[in-house]
Amino acid sequence: MLTFTVRRLVLAVPTLLFISLVIFLLLELAPGDPMAQVPLTVPPEVKEKMREALGLGQPMHVRFLKWLVQFFWVEPQVLFDHLFGTGFAEGKLRVLSWQTRSPVMDIVVQRIPQTLWVVGLSYVVGVLIALPIGIYSAYRQYSIFDQIGTFVSMIGFSVPTFFTGVLLIVIFSVNLGWFPSIYDTTHKVTDWDSFVFQMRQLAMPVFVLALFNAAQISRFMRASMLDNLNQDYVRTARAKGLGERAVVMVHVLRNSMIPVVTVIALGAPQVFAGAIITEQVFKVNGLGHMLIGAIEANDLPTVQTLTFIFALLIVLFNIIADVLYGILDPRIRYD
Amino acid sequence: MTDDTNVNPIGALSDPMPSAPPRSQWVAVWQQFKTHKGALLGGIIFVIILLAVTIGPWIWPYDPTYIDIRARNQGPTFAHPLGTDQLGRDTLARMMAGGQVSVAVGITAMLLALVLGSFIGVLAGFFRRLDGPLMRLTDLFLALPLLPLLLVMVLLFRDPLNAAFGPETGIFILIVCAIGVTSWMPTARIVRGDVLALKEREFVLAARSIGTKNAQMIIRHILPNVLSPIMVSATLGIANAIITESALSFLGLGFPPDFPTWGRLLFDATDYLQQYPERVFWPGLAISLTVLSVNYLGDGLRDALDPRIRGR
Amino acid sequence: MKIKTLMLGAVAATTLAPAAIAERGADGHVNVIYWQAPSILNPYLSSGTKEIEAASLVIEPLGRYDPTGALIPYLAEEIPTLENGGVSEDLKTITWKLKSGLKWSDGSAVTAEDVKFTAEYCMHPEGGCAQLAKFEGVESVDVMDELTVKVTFNEAKPNPYGPFMGGQSPILQKAQFADCLGAKAPECTDANFAPIGTGPFAVTEFKPNDVISMEANSMYRDASKPAFATLTFKGGGDATAAGRAVLETGEFDYAWNLQLAPEVIANMEKGGKGKTVAAFGSLVERIEMNMTNPSSDLAEGERSTAAHPHPFLSDINVRKALSMAIDRELLVEIGYGKAGRATCNLVPAPAIYASDNTDCLVQDIAGANALLDEAGWVKGADGIRAKDGVKLSILYQTSTNAVRQDFQALIKQWWSEIGVETELRNISASVFFGGDPGSPDTFQKFYADVEMYANNFDGTDPEAYLAQYTCDKAPKPSSQWQGENINRFCDPAYDELVAELGRTGSLEKRGELARKMNEMLTKDSYTVVPLVDRGRVSAHANTLGGVVLNTWDSELWNAADWHRIK
Repeated sequence: MLTFTVRRLVLAVPTLLFISLVIFLLLELAPGDPMAQVPLTVPPEVKEKMREALGLGQPMHVRFLKWLVQFFWVEPQVLFDHLFGTGFAEGKLRVLSWQTRSPVMDIVVQRIPQTLWVVGLSYVVGVLIALPIGIYSAYRQYSIFDQIGTFVSMIGFSVPTFFTGVLLIVIFSVNLGWFPSIYDTTHKVTDWDSFVFQMRQLAMPVFVLALFNAAQISRFMRASMLDNLNQDYVRTARAKGLGERAVVMVHVLRNSMIPVVTVIALGAPQVFAGAIITEQVFKVNGLGHMLIGAIEANDLPTVQTLTFIFALLIVLFNIIADVLYGILDPRIRYD
Repeated sequence: MTDDTNVNPIGALSDPMPSAPPRSQWVAVWQQFKTHKGALLGGIIFVIILLAVTIGPWIWPYDPTYIDIRARNQGPTFAHPLGTDQLGRDTLARMMAGGQVSVAVGITAMLLALVLGSFIGVLAGFFRRLDGPLMRLTDLFLALPLLPLLLVMVLLFRDPLNAAFGPETGIFILIVCAIGVTSWMPTARIVRGDVLALKEREFVLAARSIGTKNAQMIIRHILPNVLSPIMVSATLGIANAIITESALSFLGLGFPPDFPTWGRLLFDATDYLQQYPERVFWPGLAISLTVLSVNYLGDGLRDALDPRIRGR
Repeated sequence: MKIKTLMLGAVAATTLAPAAIAERGADGHVNVIYWQAPSILNPYLSSGTKEIEAASLVIEPLGRYDPTGALIPYLAEEIPTLENGGVSEDLKTITWKLKSGLKWSDGSAVTAEDVKFTAEYCMHPEGGCAQLAKFEGVESVDVMDELTVKVTFNEAKPNPYGPFMGGQSPILQKAQFADCLGAKAPECTDANFAPIGTGPFAVTEFKPNDVISMEANSMYRDASKPAFATLTFKGGGDATAAGRAVLETGEFDYAWNLQLAPEVIANMEKGGKGKTVAAFGSLVERIEMNMTNPSSDLAEGERSTAAHPHPFLSDINVRKALSMAIDRELLVEIGYGKAGRATCNLVPAPAIYASDNTDCLVQDIAGANALLDEAGWVKGADGIRAKDGVKLSILYQTSTNAVRQDFQALIKQWWSEIGVETELRNISASVFFGGDPGSPDTFQKFYADVEMYANNFDGTDPEAYLAQYTCDKAPKPSSQWQGENINRFCDPAYDELVAELGRTGSLEKRGELARKMNEMLTKDSYTVVPLVDRGRVSAHANTLGGVVLNTWDSELWNAADWHRIK
């Protein structure tokens, strides 16, 4: 297993380089112009000058190499400097956003807290409620609990977050006034009262997202459990006198986890990609908001950097999932 | 888990006398399907939705794009049972016309994603040599930013498709492909994970030992056993496709703006949530009903196709 | 009467509601929400409205436009004019005098050097300054003494108020930006995110594309202002949410530019927490007719170029009929409510430049039908008019926006009533307004028969705006599809008027010329079909006093006067 993990990690490097190239080419090919948001009153000659100042006049391969150097060489140095107070990166050009003209990574670091609070928390909550619901629904298939669970999760999945979010705001912010409708990103948790406020402003976005995540995961959990509950080994386990709890929670659950692990591992990088619509509805302004804003403004360095970080996480979680498969089912062999 | 009573203790020991000629497999599947009430109900609702959106517009006198500005923002009346929108267009007519597009896009895009995802997932899980390249391809697609990808697809293919199939079919093909191509990856990963575990199981070993060819192995032994995650992907896929379509039209990448779809109706109505809540209700209900009915249909089908459950 | 005298008169007439608050910072905290978030606070590096308006709280120009479009001094002692000798007789120089005793928020003195430096900063050839157009024709900027600076133009400038006037060209502190010239401009992140200014507020924390925290500027020139000690400027979301936060939940005090359906706003106002304010500028929503043939049958590089006139829109009767079929009053009612006025003019304001043309305001479907019948366009079996095998079938594109899509649907129906078939297309704004020559969907490329968008002009002078419609400014492949004459309108007589306007200094004569040019584009040729004069609706809380909406400059132009009503 160890050799497998090491080999996969090494192989990930060329994969990621290739992915970054494809992303770059895709962004180059996509129509759009960083000057799209500049008012029409600005004459074309000025716009041309502004494009040149962004470095758009340079040939494509030069720009790609520049990004590679900045991302893989300069940015780690900046991180190192930051951690140990050294000065390796001084005077070196970092990946700069075209919108803010500031280092992209600085903004990413700024956005991570609110993203983790909202999207991360909702994912954890989603998983934690999805697993028991999925297991119990399968164990008591077609019971009232299962029917309600199915119904709620299907509603949760089929009604888009732009609607549930607004609905919650209208009910809980406008009519009842319980929760703030706009997330305060400058809020800092220092004592109990500020913690309560943080929970209040988290309540609605987390609920919306958790419902959506839980719906999806619980469906896969239920289906996979159902497949396994009828297997011969379950009968064997029962026949040899194991308690019902041990049969379901140990034998069946472990064997049912493979698709669920896949789904959870697929969703985890999404946490860092943010939840574009929910962030927009509640003004959380996390990484999802940053990415969509950058795409709309054709801020290519930001889009490239964010997408690449995202790709990194996808590859990483994929490896984790593969390792977990091997642990869950020792029969799976990779070498 | 429904019925485990009425088992004759000595029934297993005596040879039953065949009372009728053996039923074909499909009859058995149908027999099993019929007993699943949820599936039956789901099927009926789904058929009703299909009929409403296909035949409905022929019967209903209003044109979904006809604007009657004097009749705008009406609540339910006899002439307009579901009311009218902010331009005075009949909501029922728009729901039916929108349903045609949404259901068609939802189902075709879901099928495309499903076929593509299952194909790649099975290949990657079954053939070790293909696993690496195919999964890296999946990683790549997962990593690509959706919006620029769609913009590029529109840029490259809209005009050729319009020229070849006419504007409406052209854009339909484009949207279905766009959604299909960008949503097959989860299915592929899930199917692969299951296949990895399945192919080490005893029955696969047994099948191999009697000389089963790879193609046979996949079709007879592997696919039926990964059916349930595929079914779940399918139900989630329809909802996903309908919603994605609305996001696409919202971004100006989808159907022309006067072309109603459920997702779009829902999106447009969100602004009017407080004044006219019913406008949000209808498209929301339609999407949920479709997804729910497909879900139960899928449940029933899976049970009916599973020989271990069938006949219990 | 010269332009300057008029402006001087307007200065005198300026109305400012003085707040009876004696102490700076006495009113605590104020929350402002913009549904588009500012990404930088240096308007020279980004010309988006959101950036300019956010920055206007911190950095100020020498003079601003007030809600009537008149000029009022900010950092300058007075507005230089011909009469007070600030503008030279040959219209080639303008001399600004700073108020004495002005301080930056860090306590250092504001001098003429800072003004000169600001010009250097923007005019640096490698800087890619977004406001370069403001400095067009500037030959030199010279410091006369500590507080006096003279701008010299390379030719007579009838309107010398480009540099240092209005929210787009505020004064930067030389000490802060000295190392940020040219290519180094983007590297000065700290300066770009928290410029030191003279305005009522100073930045304490800037989170790009998210939120800005500010505090009262302790060095502000009026010791009793601003009334608020701190300010939060939140960005992002959508107009609905911003309106809701001010009008319904009362979480915020001021929301910018509520582009929402009138009934949605009306319903929000029932929340009772705030009210809306509206004002008009020069923004006009219009339909542009393509005078060239956009057919995809033509080769790439030939489509939508002057070499191929449009098969039917080149017939003025068709253009006129299309305009006659539109009910502008209804469009306003549905799309903009009190933030819109039906208009037939490309230049709707200021009054001196606005033509009195109103004959398009009444919808006349019968008249349009008769006109087309007369011109030989006959209805076929499918109800669509055709002549010599050319069908009146139109591709109508615009950017993605709920109101625009409603307009499209309505206009499509009216046009169908006069036998014109319409295909609608909406394109994401980032593509439509982007100048990517590789995309077929940009508004400059105009691969459609008609398109709809809104445009306006900077400041109060429409010269540059009207000069966009000369023959040589048509977007074409050889210019990488850049150019402002979107319609490819080409009339030598018009080009001559443009040149004449550039030479004319007399305000009355300029008004006359501008009105004539406006009419040539609209009611004489129906090349541009104006629909709605779009104002701006913003909302403020009932407890926020001193708000005066201004469309000619930053909306936050008088934030120093804002106060809490108790």
